[in-house]
Amino acid sequence: MSEQGVDNSKRQFLTTALTVVGAVGTGYIAVPFLAQMQPSTRAKAAGSPVEIDISKIEPGQLIRAAWRGKPVWVLFRTPEVLEILATDTGKLADPDSSESNQPASSQNDFRSIKPEIFIAVGLCTHLGCSPTFRPEIAPNDLGPEWKGGFFCPCHGSGFDLAGRVFRGVPAPTNLDVPPHHYISDTRILIGDNEANA
Amino acid sequence: MKPNYLNDCGSWFCQRFPMVKMWNEHMAQYYAPKNFNFWYFFGSLALLVLVNQLVTGILLTMNYKPDASLAFDSVEYIMREVPWGWLVRYMHSTGASAFFIVVYLHMFRGLIYGSYKQPRELIWIFGMLIFLALMAEAFMGYLLPWGQMSYWGAQVIISLFSAIPIIGDDLSLWVRGDYVISDATLNRFFAFHVIAIPLILIMLIFLHIIALHEVGSNNPDGIEIKDSKDPWGHPVDGIPFHPYYTVKDIVGVAVFLFFFATVLFYMPEMGGYFLEHSNFIPADPLATPEHIAPVWYFTPFYAILRAIPDKFAGVIAMGGAIVVLFLLPWLDRSPVRSIRYRGGIYKKAIALFVLSFLGLGYLGMQAPTANATIAARVCTAIYFAFFLLMPIYTRWEKTKPLPKRINEQPSLEDQIPAIKEAFAAMTHDVPENRNGQTVMHTRPDASGIVHELSKFAKKIIRSLD
Repeated sequence: MSEQGVDNSKRQFLTTALTVVGAVGTGYIAVPFLAQMQPSTRAKAAGSPVEIDISKIEPGQLIRAAWRGKPVWVLFRTPEVLEILATDTGKLADPDSSESNQPASSQNDFRSIKPEIFIAVGLCTHLGCSPTFRPEIAPNDLGPEWKGGFFCPCHGSGFDLAGRVFRGVPAPTNLDVPPHHYISDTRILIGDNEANA
Repeated sequence: MKPNYLNDCGSWFCQRFPMVKMWNEHMAQYYAPKNFNFWYFFGSLALLVLVNQLVTGILLTMNYKPDASLAFDSVEYIMREVPWGWLVRYMHSTGASAFFIVVYLHMFRGLIYGSYKQPRELIWIFGMLIFLALMAEAFMGYLLPWGQMSYWGAQVIISLFSAIPIIGDDLSLWVRGDYVISDATLNRFFAFHVIAIPLILIMLIFLHIIALHEVGSNNPDGIEIKDSKDPWGHPVDGIPFHPYYTVKDIVGVAVFLFFFATVLFYMPEMGGYFLEHSNFIPADPLATPEHIAPVWYFTPFYAILRAIPDKFAGVIAMGGAIVVLFLLPWLDRSPVRSIRYRGGIYKKAIALFVLSFLGLGYLGMQAPTANATIAARVCTAIYFAFFLLMPIYTRWEKTKPLPKRINEQPSLEDQIPAIKEAFAAMTHDVPENRNGQTVMHTRPDASGIVHELSKFAKKIIRSLD
């Protein structure tokens, strides 16, 4: 120690400099630590398209398939259902699907390429529960206004049979329609919008 | 200093480690108020349950497999084939619910006796952080059995993050490590549940206790015992934690273990409240169970989430319900701590708050019907009003004068005459002829019971003022 006292400004500079260098170093090592929790390459690659055969589907029936670990629904809607969907739009939050997620080919009144065949990701847009298929009209537990649709058991969101969300429920948008196209009349490819020649 | 075997260890070890000093500071010479009552059992009981969770948790990891294709079966393997596995697993699952029971009661104690008020704000903050870590620990632990409720519960809670604007979707993707709840999610939740969060919990509990012992314990009268000290500098109304409160807490432990063992051996699923029925079905990513609800200790906050008809606002309200608890020390403007010296408004507010909290807890378990949603909205409004209006009603209310010293509470022996009197008023003697002798028989008296009950009810209503 010299006898000339302490140069405080030098100490302050060294302390600050060391703090800054340390913080930068910590920041650099934080990147790989945090990023290693991102989906792995294998998880990213698992999202390949899925083919669904609808040749055996009957009117009114709902079949389920898995795509990217998510449930995908295919529903065969009857003419009576389409009639209700076309007329009963008063309680819908987003009847034109302008706020919702769907390929352009399905952004129409019935939210599907073919009016009878409705395809959707079966996860509520609120918090991701899988809604229950409730096609019956005015059941006891859902009240006289219910004209058939999907009801989420978790937080009470309701959707009609075109996956359109009702007003005043927690779900913000209509059910997602996944990218899909018809390979033939009875086979659908989920996960891809365009037929790749 | 009183000579004991600890002081005598002035040999090799004690010259190198401050064992005697630590023992004295935190046990033998930590002066706690002499009037701790029933509500003061739950801190030490929480520690007991923590030890239970750590020990049984370590044992469970020896047979559990954190793999989506093996997890469900490994839990059943523990239940059926590992020696005493069922006991260890049920101790862990019952312990989780017991943890929340004692922690909620511990927090309620802080609420009614003002234990969060100056100078104990930091103790409350550390305590709230413990509560938060405990919720994370319980939530992640609930995914591990990989049952239907594990899967869909995690799906809902992680989706909460996606409600945050802009970064939400990327954040929930980062938490899950996949596009859906999957093996990656299970594996990392296992890591958090057995390593990360327990370490954080133990550290926070350490800070909680150090902060408590720095300022000293509050008590049911809410006055500082350090204000009146004897010539040796010890609070006159304080008694050393050891042996007085260690012995008292052992009584609490015995009673607690009685209830714990009853649940453990006779109703480990608690009718579906501690272990939900749907969780005995393996996780199915394609179908949500008809009725899903979180485990009972999350239902009040879950009911708040459901009550708000907007995704982001619901998440904000649920988070806000926790955040207001953190702010409690600064929302309360009353000059007194304990409910014993507060005015009637505060007592009524607390009663309403407890009712709304229990109501939310009940509604969170029920299906979301229209009427239930309205009830949940009313309860949510009361819950928030209790906290947000607190700066107003605690400042205006008329408080009672505080005593200088801790009040003597009537002991059980003092209460015996009053109990005898009440018993006499609720019964009447009936003469009965038996073998020619007249014997007096004590029989309950309906009008006497009604009279005593109404007296008791009136007493409770009077005490609200």
